Amino acid sequence: MSDKAIQVTGLKKRYDSTSALSSVTFSVEKGEMFGLIGPDGAGKTTLIRILTSLLDPDEGTCRLLGISVHEDPKSIRKIIGYMPQRFSLYPDLTVGENLRFFADLFRVPRKERLKKTEELLEFSRLEPFVKRRAGALSGGMKQKLALSCALIHTPEILVLDEPTTGVDPVSRREFWSILKSLKKSGVSILITTPYMDEAERCDRIALIHHGEILAMGTARSVIDQFSGSIFSVSGPDLLGLSRWFKRQLRSDQVRILGDRVQLNLFSSTEKNVSDLVKDAKASGQVIDAFGRENPELEDTFITLIAEREKRNDQTISS
Amino acid sequence: MINTRILPLIRKEFIHIRRDPRSLVILLLMPLIMMFIFGYAINMDLKHIRIGICDLNRTPSSRELIETIRMSPYFEIVTYYNNPNRTEALFTKRLVRAVIIIPADFGKSHARSRFANIGVITDGTDANSATLVQNYLDGLFMGKSISSATNGSGPLVSVKSRMLYNPDMTSSHFVVPGIVAILLIMIGALLTSVTIAREKETGTMEQILVSPIRPYEVVLGKAIPYLVLSFTIAVFILVFGHLWFKVPMLGKWGFLLLFCVFYVFTALAIGLLISTVVATQQVAMMLSLVITMLPSVMLSGFVFPVASMPRPLQVVSQIIPATHFLKIIRGVMLKGNGPLELWPSVAAMSAVGLFFILLAVRRFKLKLK
Repeated sequence: MSDKAIQVTGLKKRYDSTSALSSVTFSVEKGEMFGLIGPDGAGKTTLIRILTSLLDPDEGTCRLLGISVHEDPKSIRKIIGYMPQRFSLYPDLTVGENLRFFADLFRVPRKERLKKTEELLEFSRLEPFVKRRAGALSGGMKQKLALSCALIHTPEILVLDEPTTGVDPVSRREFWSILKSLKKSGVSILITTPYMDEAERCDRIALIHHGEILAMGTARSVIDQFSGSIFSVSGPDLLGLSRWFKRQLRSDQVRILGDRVQLNLFSSTEKNVSDLVKDAKASGQVIDAFGRENPELEDTFITLIAEREKRNDQTISS
Repeated sequence: MINTRILPLIRKEFIHIRRDPRSLVILLLMPLIMMFIFGYAINMDLKHIRIGICDLNRTPSSRELIETIRMSPYFEIVTYYNNPNRTEALFTKRLVRAVIIIPADFGKSHARSRFANIGVITDGTDANSATLVQNYLDGLFMGKSISSATNGSGPLVSVKSRMLYNPDMTSSHFVVPGIVAILLIMIGALLTSVTIAREKETGTMEQILVSPIRPYEVVLGKAIPYLVLSFTIAVFILVFGHLWFKVPMLGKWGFLLLFCVFYVFTALAIGLLISTVVATQQVAMMLSLVITMLPSVMLSGFVFPVASMPRPLQVVSQIIPATHFLKIIRGVMLKGNGPLELWPSVAAMSAVGLFFILLAVRRFKLKLK
C-alpha cells in the first residue's frame, strides 16, 4: 500500500468568528515522526482533534492510512493511539486498572493484554508502581502512563498533543527516548510541542501559527529558510543593553540569553548591526564584544511570524 | 450477547464508587436526613390542640359533651369559662387555637330533638390548622352523635366526610412516599449528570471517545452502576419509611420495586440529558437539583393537588415523572393497589420515562463541540 500514514488536505475550522485553522495541508509518511510546532493557540489541538475524529472540520479532508476520518471514524479510532494534552486518566484508578480499562475499551484479548501490559510497564519503567493510584504519580510518570494507555491496543499511528509540556527535563528526555524506540518499531507518530529543542528530534516538522502552516520540512531545511542574521552582544549590563536595543528594534527581536543579548535582524531594511553597535556605544552603553551566531529554529519561527504579521498588517491597511 | 465494552465501563464505575466512601456515605445519609426533616417538619397532624370551652349551658348534657372532647387525644382544654366576652382575649393572647361555645339552650334542644348546635370559633390566621381543627371536631361529634343515636330513638341524618386510607390524616403516610419519589429522581439525575460532567472536566471523556465505543455503550456503562446504586438507596429509604414512620404497605413490594427500577432509570436519563448540555460538575449539580426538585415538589401533586392547578400547569405536571410515580407509590403503599388499578399511571410513567431515555441516547454525541 502506498497510503500515507496521515494525509490532510485543505482543512478549515472556525469557532464562531475566529478562524482556528485556515486551509491546512500536510502529510506524514509511514514510520515517520512528524512534529507540529507552534505557540499556544496556534490551532494544534484543534487539528489533532479533527484528526482523531473528535471534531468535524468545516472544510477539507483527512485520511489516516487511506481511511477517511469523517466517513469511517470507527475504523480510525481502532488504528490510532491518542494522548490528549491534559492528563486524562482516572486518578482514583491504579496504574494497572487504568491500563486494563483502556485495553478492555479496545477489546484487546486477555492473552495479548497481559503480554502488552508487561511490555509497556517495563519500557515505561512503571512496573514498581502498578498498584499506585494514577493521581499519586509524578508528572513524568503520569505522562508515561498516559502514553502506555494510548499504546495498549498497538495502534499504527500515535497522536500526541503536547506530551511533554510541564514535565521535568529528565523525564522529557526519557519520554523522547521511548518515542524513538516506538518509531523504530514502525509506528507513525504525530506530535505537537511548543518546545523548539524537541522539534529537532522529529524527522520533519511544520511550523504552525494562527491556524496556518508557515514552514514545513526537516528542522535543518526550515532553519535554512531563515533569511536574516543573528548577532550577539555582550557587556557588563545585559539588562540595560537589552532595554536599549528593544527601543531601537521590535521587542521580539531582542532577548537575553545567559551571558549575552541576542539580536535577530531578520529584515534587510533594518539597520546594519555595526551601525547599531556604534549608536549604542555613542549613547553610553558598554559593549565588550559582538559577533554573528548561527540561527536556530526559534529564530526562524519568530522571523516567519513577524513577516506574516507584517504582511497581514499591509493587507489590512491597503 | 454480552457486550464486552459495557462491562469494563461498569467495573470502572464501581471502582470509582468504592474508592470514594465519603460520597457514598453522603449519598446514603442525605436521603435519611431529608426524610427526617420532611417527615417531621411537614407535619400536618394536630395533637393536643389547645382549646377553650365556653359553657353557657352547664347541664349534664353539656358536661357530657365536654367530657367527650376531653377524652380525645387531639384536644387539650386549657380553660373553661362562661363569659363569652373573654373569647377574643384568648385568641389575641394566643392561649387557644379554637374555642367551643356551648349555647345556653344546648341541654334543652338536645333533650328535645337529640340534635343541637354548638359554636366553634377557630383562628383564621393559621388557616391550615383551622381547617384541621374543624375536621377533627366534626369527626369527634359524629362519633358522639352516632353513639347517642344508637341508644336513642329516631333516625339521625347528618352529612359527614370521612377520610379513607388515612383515617387519622397522619401526614407522614402521605409525605414519606412523596419524599421517596422526590429523592429518587433527584439522586438519580444528580449521580449521572455529575459523573459524566466529571469525566468531561478531567478530560477522560475525550480519552474514552477516541476508542471505538458506541453512544449506547457509554450511556449504559454509566447508567447501570448508578441504577444499582440508586435502587439500593430506594430500597433503603422505602424500608426506613415503612419501619420508622410506620407507612403502611398494603400492596405488593415486588410491584412497587419493579416500578422503582423504571422510575430510577428515568431519573438517570434526565441526568444524562443534563450532562449533554453542561461542562462542569458544579453546573451539573445545580441544574439537576433545579430541574428535578422544584417541579417534583411543586407540580407533582406532592404538596398541591394537581387537580386544583391552572390548566397549563396541569399539562406540565403530566411530563414530570414524579407525578405518575407518586400515584403509583401512594396507591401501592396506602391503598394496596396493583397493576389492575394503576395501569394508567404505569403507562403514563413508562411513556415519560422512555421519552427521556431515548432523547438522552439520541442527544449523547461521540464528538466534541
